[in-house]
Amino acid sequence: MKVLPSGAHGLLLEFADLDEVLAHYAALREADLPGVLDLVPAGATILVVTDRDTDLSALGHRLRRVPPASHRRTETRPVEVPVRYDGEDLGDLADTLGLTVPELVERHREEEWTVAFCGFAPGFGYLTGSRHDWDIPRRSTPRTKVPAGSLALAGAFTGVYPRESPGGWQLIGHAEVDVFDLDRDPPALLVPGARVRFVEAS
Amino acid sequence: MTTARTLRVLETGPLTTVQDFGRPGQSALGIGRSGACDRASHRLANALVGNHPTLATLEVTFGGLVLEADEPLVLATAGARCPGAPHLAPFTLSPGERLSLGTPAAGLRTYLAVRGGIDVDPVLGSRATDVLSGLGPPKPGPGDELPVGDPARPHPGVDVAPVPEPDAGRLTVRVTPGPRYDWFGDAGWQELTGQVYTATSESNRVGVRLDGDPLTRLREGELVSEGMLRGALQVPPSGLPVLFLADHPVTGGYPVIGYVDDLDVDRCAQLRPGQELRFSATRQR
Repeated sequence: MKVLPSGAHGLLLEFADLDEVLAHYAALREADLPGVLDLVPAGATILVVTDRDTDLSALGHRLRRVPPASHRRTETRPVEVPVRYDGEDLGDLADTLGLTVPELVERHREEEWTVAFCGFAPGFGYLTGSRHDWDIPRRSTPRTKVPAGSLALAGAFTGVYPRESPGGWQLIGHAEVDVFDLDRDPPALLVPGARVRFVEAS
Repeated sequence: MTTARTLRVLETGPLTTVQDFGRPGQSALGIGRSGACDRASHRLANALVGNHPTLATLEVTFGGLVLEADEPLVLATAGARCPGAPHLAPFTLSPGERLSLGTPAAGLRTYLAVRGGIDVDPVLGSRATDVLSGLGPPKPGPGDELPVGDPARPHPGVDVAPVPEPDAGRLTVRVTPGPRYDWFGDAGWQELTGQVYTATSESNRVGVRLDGDPLTRLREGELVSEGMLRGALQVPPSGLPVLFLADHPVTGGYPVIGYVDDLDVDRCAQLRPGQELRFSATRQR
């Protein structure tokens, strides 16, 4: 773990890869260190946000002493997200990957996804799989409008657009639930560390 | 029974939003903090009318706000001084009287506090409007009636707050090295701290965009997106830094060379397009 400066109220922890991020994120959440207001996991880092009174160098030492969680996957049941595999890019993407549409859908559905981190928009989770090697090219021309609820793939990630926004991910379907709902606590359905299964809506 | 206290909006100017200290602690869900761009002025406006600092104020960008009250309300403004209204001192707006904020001669953002606070419904624990994510109460528009809360604290009895006001001249703010200092090195740091930047008209609540000589990057390639805070100086491929303000994205994919001192970010939130900015190094690596 590398500890990098991020202003008067932040430290950026840098890791070798996403697995390390998830293991340390789980451990730091559990450790609940005093003075820590927020933990922001990302692809290779965790931003630790502190209150005004926290001594950053002392906190840096304490952060280094928190061992990573040994199992990133919790024992809790996965979140089930009902989806329909009817996205505009499904056919072309299957061709690009040398798969049939049913094969691509099957891979996506049987995959065990984990929310690695959120970003881009409130409630937009970046989900990574463990069974398959996902490496999905982005669309050469991003869409100016991706409909809310779109289920999409890009790079190593899958995700569901919480609201209409521009986007360059490949659309393979849509979710039948709101992934971001202000009346839910927490409002995001897909929170970092959560396991996720996509199930076909009947 | 008390009647509902409200402020009636007649005009808003270029942009008026409801703001408080935002929604900290939810960035892991992709929810940015948002809140007042110039927190010190928001706090001061509240203090002048006897409000708790967490109550919501109106953040008025470049003046232009026109309001009326149905019953006497105690108000105060702080930040950029708008002609046409008392500044840094509480005053009473009487029924039938019209408050009209002119265009400030210096500074950009004025905070208008009302005794009792702007009492719109909070969203995820805050009344701040985040222009990037769209979270928070809607932007006030002409014809809106803004609810005002009940005053809970004694009136401070202040005449005037003796604080410096934003000025239109060159601003110098302190910077410390950020997480990706090494993408630019000492030479890049010298470039950052050795030149005069100009704030551009592309600036908004997300960030202050700067014009100047592009910074030289030592390293090619892409950064994996990472978490950032208010005050970050993010350097996109153009080499021209963007200083992140309240509505910055939770994560960003360009390297952060440095951070502006937290209190100085408030001063940067008052930069007008065309105004000059210098970074002064407070700490070397």
